Amino acid sequence: MKQRYSDTDALRRKLAVMKTKDFMKQVWANKMARVGVIIVAFFTLMAIFGPIVMPFRTTTMAASREFIFNPPSWEHVLGTDNLGRDVLAYLVNGSRNSLIVGLSATVITIVLGTLIGVSSGYIGGWVDNILMRITDFFLVLPWLPFCMVLAAILGNSIWNIILVIGLTGWSGTARVIRAQTLSVKEQQYVERMVSVGAKKGHIMWKHILPNVFPLVFSEAILIVSSSILTETSLAFLGLGDPTNPSWGTMLNDAFDTDAMTIGAWWFFITPGVCVILVALGFTLMGYAFDEILNPKLKER
Amino acid sequence: MGKRILKKFFFSCVTIVFVVAFNFFLFRIMPGDVETIIARATTTEAVKQRLIEKAGLHRPLLEQFWIYMKDLLTGDFGEAFNSYDGSSNVLTVIMGRIPNTVILLFCAELFAIIAGLIIGVICAQKRTTKLDTGLLSGSLVLYSMPTFWFAMLLIFLFCATLHIFPTGGIFTPGRHYYGMAKILDYLKHMILPMLCMGILMMGCYAITMRSTMINILTEDYINTAKAKGFSTRYILFHHAIPNAMIPMATIIALNLAAILGGAIQLETLFSWQGLGQLMYDALNRRDYPMLQGCFFISAVAMILANFLTDVLYGFIDPRIRE
Repeated sequence: MKQRYSDTDALRRKLAVMKTKDFMKQVWANKMARVGVIIVAFFTLMAIFGPIVMPFRTTTMAASREFIFNPPSWEHVLGTDNLGRDVLAYLVNGSRNSLIVGLSATVITIVLGTLIGVSSGYIGGWVDNILMRITDFFLVLPWLPFCMVLAAILGNSIWNIILVIGLTGWSGTARVIRAQTLSVKEQQYVERMVSVGAKKGHIMWKHILPNVFPLVFSEAILIVSSSILTETSLAFLGLGDPTNPSWGTMLNDAFDTDAMTIGAWWFFITPGVCVILVALGFTLMGYAFDEILNPKLKER
Repeated sequence: MGKRILKKFFFSCVTIVFVVAFNFFLFRIMPGDVETIIARATTTEAVKQRLIEKAGLHRPLLEQFWIYMKDLLTGDFGEAFNSYDGSSNVLTVIMGRIPNTVILLFCAELFAIIAGLIIGVICAQKRTTKLDTGLLSGSLVLYSMPTFWFAMLLIFLFCATLHIFPTGGIFTPGRHYYGMAKILDYLKHMILPMLCMGILMMGCYAITMRSTMINILTEDYINTAKAKGFSTRYILFHHAIPNAMIPMATIIALNLAAILGGAIQLETLFSWQGLGQLMYDALNRRDYPMLQGCFFISAVAMILANFLTDVLYGFIDPRIRE
């Protein structure tokens, strides 16, 4: 008996590996996904190894005025900023925090959204009613003022920013997941589980969740890009963590020191291009994964 | 129809009550109680005492909430820690700022809708040509661009390099224009922020309009109209575009929150004295009563706008009426 169990386990693992390999192949074959993966991989490597290669201290200051706002040269490939710091080093170090915020906020958003979406869709009744009213409430609130108020109250630390973005962004996800749960719930195998006498929690965890997972996955990747954009906006408005520079704090520095009117284009154009590229990379990946994992969407 | 509107109205009211409660408790659960924050924000003992008295901070929490609700209903939003535009009454300052924001957003939205509509229709007509691909990818890039970054580019290009437009503000400082000249000065300052927001939103409308039009142009009733011998122009303006307005209305309503967010960034960048810039100022001075007031007003505006679009739907789309 025990032998059989481990057999099925091994089989399942093998199947999972095969599925993953197949999925990777499909991703690589998709042009959109390939571009997305390359962009994201590039910035991920930059975020992991960049800060080691190019150390950067927020407190460094130039010895004299002549080092400030230097245009690109061989010494400083992307010029220097308002305090005479190397813009490329700033950019590389900012990528780490931007990505950390984007990914961590996505985890909060997705966990909250999936939890609320699945329970709302599966349990139904008054639970659904209350949860959906709360979701509507969050959907209707103006998001940026809401984020600003929350961030102002919590204070400027990187973890608070993550919390703010996560707590304000889940409502759209909850709606999407709920809709998917409702359609999965109508499937015969779920009804069969009910008739066998399975508990609600068991069905939700073991049967509904795996079936909405592909959607959750592609949704998560799309959320990463919007989380990074939100972080940039919040940091730009002065809500960033000054000790953990990101692309947003960089743009805030550029705005505060009037880099636009001074003409220091290298200081504010580069972080913006990075943000757009990363957002685009995740969006492309998200759409492509959606096509691959949810083939039914193609027909619609 | 009436029942549907009533239900929406009820839900909107409940949401506003939620916002009020949220606004009230949020500013009381923040790290450090309100008293210390007031003490930090103001220096004189008399002002501090007056503020504590005014907010009723020495009373029990529920009673405070009751007073807060009553004050809101009578239009008393309290006193800000700082003074803006020569007043520290939250409601007075906000009301003074609203016209600037509304004018800017209205013009930008109008520009975006018209431009997006035209581009979307052209794309749908010339589908799969180079023109379509070009316009579509342009719209996609605009759609994913952070508002304030685009504004920074425009300021760099048009104000710092080409010197065509003023960098910010509402009127040219030091000049006192009257009558027509004053309006022209105002418009000159508005063009750049308006274009910035309009162009960014245009992308989103163009994409929606394109896909809707492509769907509609393959419908049976369009074929019927063609068979009847109507000209392409007539079909476009009398059959296709009116029907494409329903999804457009949805997108416009959904965009309102994004527009409000964009306004905060743009007004800050162009020092356009509207509600958004006020919020930015209040945020950086940690002026909680002002921040609270701005958040309340923007939330109510959003709820109201959502309610109105829901009601409007019934008129635009007869299918919902039943």
